[in-house]
Amino acid sequence: MLKVIKAGFYTTIQDAGRFGYRNKGVPISGVMDNEAYNKVNGLLENPTSTPILEITMMGPELVFTQPTFICLGGADLSAQLNKVSITNYKIYKVNAGDTLRFGKLNTGLRCYLGVKNGFNAEIVLNSASQYAPLTMAVKLEKGDVLNYGAVNSFQPKISELKAKENYAKETLLVDRGPEFHLLTDNQLAHLFSKQFTIAKENNRMAYQLHELLVGHNTSILTAATQPGTVQFTPAGRLIILMKDGQTTGGYPRILQLRPEAIALLAQKKHQDKLQFKLADTVF
Amino acid sequence: MSKSDNSKHLPIRIQPFGQKAIEITWKEDVSEQILSANLQLTKALKKKINNDWEFISSYNTLTLIYNGVELFSYKELVELIRKEYNNLVLTTSKRHVKWILPVCYDEVYGIDLSEAANFLGLSKNELINLHTEAVYTIYGIGFLPGFMYLGGLPQILEIPRKPVPRLKVEKGAVGLASKQTGIYPQASPGGWNIIGNCPVPLFNVSKSNPCFFSVGDKVQFKSISQSEYEHIKIQMDVGIYEPEKVVIDA
Repeated sequence: MLKVIKAGFYTTIQDAGRFGYRNKGVPISGVMDNEAYNKVNGLLENPTSTPILEITMMGPELVFTQPTFICLGGADLSAQLNKVSITNYKIYKVNAGDTLRFGKLNTGLRCYLGVKNGFNAEIVLNSASQYAPLTMAVKLEKGDVLNYGAVNSFQPKISELKAKENYAKETLLVDRGPEFHLLTDNQLAHLFSKQFTIAKENNRMAYQLHELLVGHNTSILTAATQPGTVQFTPAGRLIILMKDGQTTGGYPRILQLRPEAIALLAQKKHQDKLQFKLADTVF
Repeated sequence: MSKSDNSKHLPIRIQPFGQKAIEITWKEDVSEQILSANLQLTKALKKKINNDWEFISSYNTLTLIYNGVELFSYKELVELIRKEYNNLVLTTSKRHVKWILPVCYDEVYGIDLSEAANFLGLSKNELINLHTEAVYTIYGIGFLPGFMYLGGLPQILEIPRKPVPRLKVEKGAVGLASKQTGIYPQASPGGWNIIGNCPVPLFNVSKSNPCFFSVGDKVQFKSISQSEYEHIKIQMDVGIYEPEKVVIDA
């Protein structure tokens, strides 16, 4: 078991996502930063879509009651195992009674904690991803216990990745969205030359941007949206939908982030800067 | 109707929606004919495309979203869509499923019913009659799991959203807002005028098919008393309630 001594700011169980129900209005959910998740799961040699903890900004305090192997990835939250600093993308053995704590946020926003073979979590519609409208538990709370199978021995093929993430990068690679053609020359010029700032309204559903473009009065009939869809409101605001974002919307969908841009954005927080760069379309 | 006529009458535009999705668009109209073409194309494509793809039909768009990892050829997919669409014999059949959804309009639930009736210059009964006589079409599902976008609200029932949205609207609340009527599938903030409550859950994760209706189905509301409402709730709790369905073959 993993005992939650302190909950931290916002920690949820996530996996690769809940697919196949978008036509019934169910967002895919799943980890915000697929790249960090895949590396952590890869090092632990876990199957794809293994449940993991997504730890946002301020980490919890956790006690392991069984031996296993863990790996952290994504944001650097100054993790300490029994008061000794540990690094991301490295496999550590933990024993019964070991304590994992987090401290200062150094880089990124979302840190991933994986255990060998994953956490045993509530499965709803084929996914362990916590999402308030569907799952009983919504986030980690003080006093919670998470189950995992004890693992005594594991010889990882690779025990550490040396490459460090660059979350300071500001450029998000995007493709044209279905309503890209509605943009005026003026709006286009701003969209691709301005530096945008992430507003305080940013969460697993969507990231709003602080700077406005010149507004418009075009609405569209409700149509599908995806994680990474950039919506453009009549007031000129840009809203980037994320993993828990609604599956349809009525605002023009002007851009679509590339998957790696979604992963990068997931590591950005209030006041961080970004710029859009249109990809060379290769379709 | 000949095959070539179809595509002439209902032209489509196909465009990429990022690297992982492709979208088919008809003219920007709320139209039964477009929705029907949309659903018939969906059905035809589902037979040709593997289940790494999700299909989302909504009004005049059909969006195909890819969950797989292999690369796919956008060009080949466009060709397939064109071919399947051109080969479709668009039927004019009016056969569809209609769900009869019970609604208790008692003011215990219909907290804005009086005010809405006043605003519209109707009696409460007239409002309820108009709301239950109309047959609505599900043009889309989204916003929340199991939230229906319904078309077909009588113009006489169009009322603006409330100036200040409520922080919490109850699960099952039936609302009116401009050209829309619908049911909140779960408690959420909302600005619609609440005229009743539907005891039937619209999204139930414990069922293998968590959401019994689909885009293209019809919906009609049926006025029920408070005791009938309570009765259906009990039937729900013990798991014996099945939503009432009729197949229309007009």
